[in-house]
Amino acid sequence: MIDFAPLYVTLKLALTTTFLLFLVGLPLAYWLAYSKAKSKIILEAIVSLPLVLPPSVLGFYLLLAFSPENAFGHFLENYFDIRLVFTFSGLVVASVLYSLPFMVQPLQSGFQSLPPNISQAAYTLGKNKWQTLIHVQLPNMKTAMVTAIVLSFAHTIGEFGVVLMVGGSIPNETKVVSIAVFDEVTAMNYETAAIYSSILLVFSFLILIGVYGFKNRFAKISPLS
Amino acid sequence: MIEIKTSKTLQSAAGSMTLELDYKVAPHDFVALYGASGSGKTTTLQLLAGLTQPEKGYIKVNDKVWLDTESNVNLPPQQRKIGYVFQDYALFPNMSVRENLLFALENKKDQAIIAELLETMELKGLEHQKPHQLSGGQQQRVALARALVRRPELLLLDEPLSAIDTEMRLKLQDYLLLAHQKYQLTTLLVSHDIAEIYKLSNRVLVLEKGQITQDGCASAVFSTQTSSGKFQFMGTILKIEKEHFLYIVSVLIGHQLVKVVAMEEEINTFAVGEKIAVSSKAFNPILNKLR
Repeated sequence: MIDFAPLYVTLKLALTTTFLLFLVGLPLAYWLAYSKAKSKIILEAIVSLPLVLPPSVLGFYLLLAFSPENAFGHFLENYFDIRLVFTFSGLVVASVLYSLPFMVQPLQSGFQSLPPNISQAAYTLGKNKWQTLIHVQLPNMKTAMVTAIVLSFAHTIGEFGVVLMVGGSIPNETKVVSIAVFDEVTAMNYETAAIYSSILLVFSFLILIGVYGFKNRFAKISPLS
Repeated sequence: MIEIKTSKTLQSAAGSMTLELDYKVAPHDFVALYGASGSGKTTTLQLLAGLTQPEKGYIKVNDKVWLDTESNVNLPPQQRKIGYVFQDYALFPNMSVRENLLFALENKKDQAIIAELLETMELKGLEHQKPHQLSGGQQQRVALARALVRRPELLLLDEPLSAIDTEMRLKLQDYLLLAHQKYQLTTLLVSHDIAEIYKLSNRVLVLEKGQITQDGCASAVFSTQTSSGKFQFMGTILKIEKEHFLYIVSVLIGHQLVKVVAMEEEINTFAVGEKIAVSSKAFNPILNKLR
C-alpha cells in the first residue's frame, strides 16, 4: 500500500500557495497593468525571473536567505519565531515566489484587455476603484482569473527543484509527491514511483482539460473576458 | 452656469499641441463641440469629467469649484455631478440592462428613477438582456439611461450616435432631446454630423488644433455666406452635367437627390464632393400634410 501523506502535503501546499498567491498577485498585476512608472519594467522582470531561472538556483538563494545563520533567517527566528528552512511554511513562501509569474501574467493581461472605458464609466457613475474592481473589472476577466488560479495551482503541484532545496524530504511536512517519486526511484521501488507518477499525470491532465473546456465555453457566452 | 478655463498639452500623431479652453455655458444649453479628429473634443469632455487633468486652469459648475490648479482643488470623477455617454457606450458586459442602471444608483431605495428611465428610453422589455444581446441603438439608449440615473447637472456625450445607421440616428436624436428637456440638463455633445448639430444644439463651439475658433448658433457657424433666403439646406455635390448652355448640378441633401440649374460662371467655383448650401429666396412654399 502506498503512503498517502505526500499526496496530502502536495494538495495542502498547492491550495495554500494558490490562495496566498492570488492575494499577492492581484494587486501586483493591477499595478503592472495600469502604472505608467518607469520602474515598472524592473518589477516585471523580477516577476518573470522564475520562468527562466533553474529552480535549483532560486532554491539555493532562498535556502541562504532562510537559513537562521544568515541575517534574514536570524531576524525571522528571533522576532517572529519562524523558521523557513525544511518547514512547510518555508515551502509555501518558496512556492509563492516560484509560481508568481503564473499568477501575475494572466491577471495582468486580463486587466490590460479590458476596455479602459468601462472602468472610467464606473468612476463617472460615482464608484471608487475598489467597487469598480469587484463589480466591473474582475467579473469581466473571469477567464484570466481561472487561468491564473489553475495554472498557479498546477505549477505548484509540479515543482521539484525548489522544494528539494528549501524543504528537503521530511515526511508529513515537506515531502510532496514529486519528491516521493524521486525517493522511490532512488530506492529502486519502481512500482510505488509508478503509482505516484500516474496519479500526478492523470490529475494534471484533468486540470488542463478543465481549463481549456472553461475557456472555450466562456468565449462563446461572453464577447469579453 | 459652467465656467471652464484650462490649458493642457496633448500629444498627437502630428506632434504636441496645446488645448486652450475658455468659455462659459449657460444652464440648460445644448452645446455641440465640432472639429476634425485630434482637435481636442474628447479631451474637453474628459477634462470636465475629471478623467484627465489640465496643467493649469479652473472649472466651476453652478458655483461649485470642481477644479482649480492654483488652490489645488480637484474633485475626482466620482464627486462631479456628470453623466457621461462614451462613444462605444462602455456598458458593463457582465450586467443586464437593469443591473447596469442599478449599479449607478447611490441610494438603493431610489428605484423609482430606474423604472422611469426604462420607461422613457423604451427599454422595458429589454431590462433582463445582457448588452451583447442588444442592437447598437438599444445599447445607446441603455448608456444614456445609465448616465441619467444619478440625475447629473451636466450631460457629456462623446459622439454617441456615430456608430448607428441614419434612420436609427434620427430617432435617437429625439431621445437625446427628450432627456435634455425632461431632466433640465446642460448638455455637451461631441459630433461630426452637421445635421445632428443643427437639430440638437443651440450653440456650437468649433475646435481647431486645440483652439476654439468659432462660437455661435449652428446656422451662423456653418453657413459661410449670409443669406436672407427663407429656405436653406446643406448638401454634397454628386455630379455636374452640361446641358446646352446651362449646367445641372446634382446635390444630395439628406437622402434626397436634388437637381439644381446653375450658370457657367457659378460652376467654375464648384467641384464634385464639395459641401454646398442650397437656398431659395422669393417663393411661396406649399405645405401638404403627409399620411
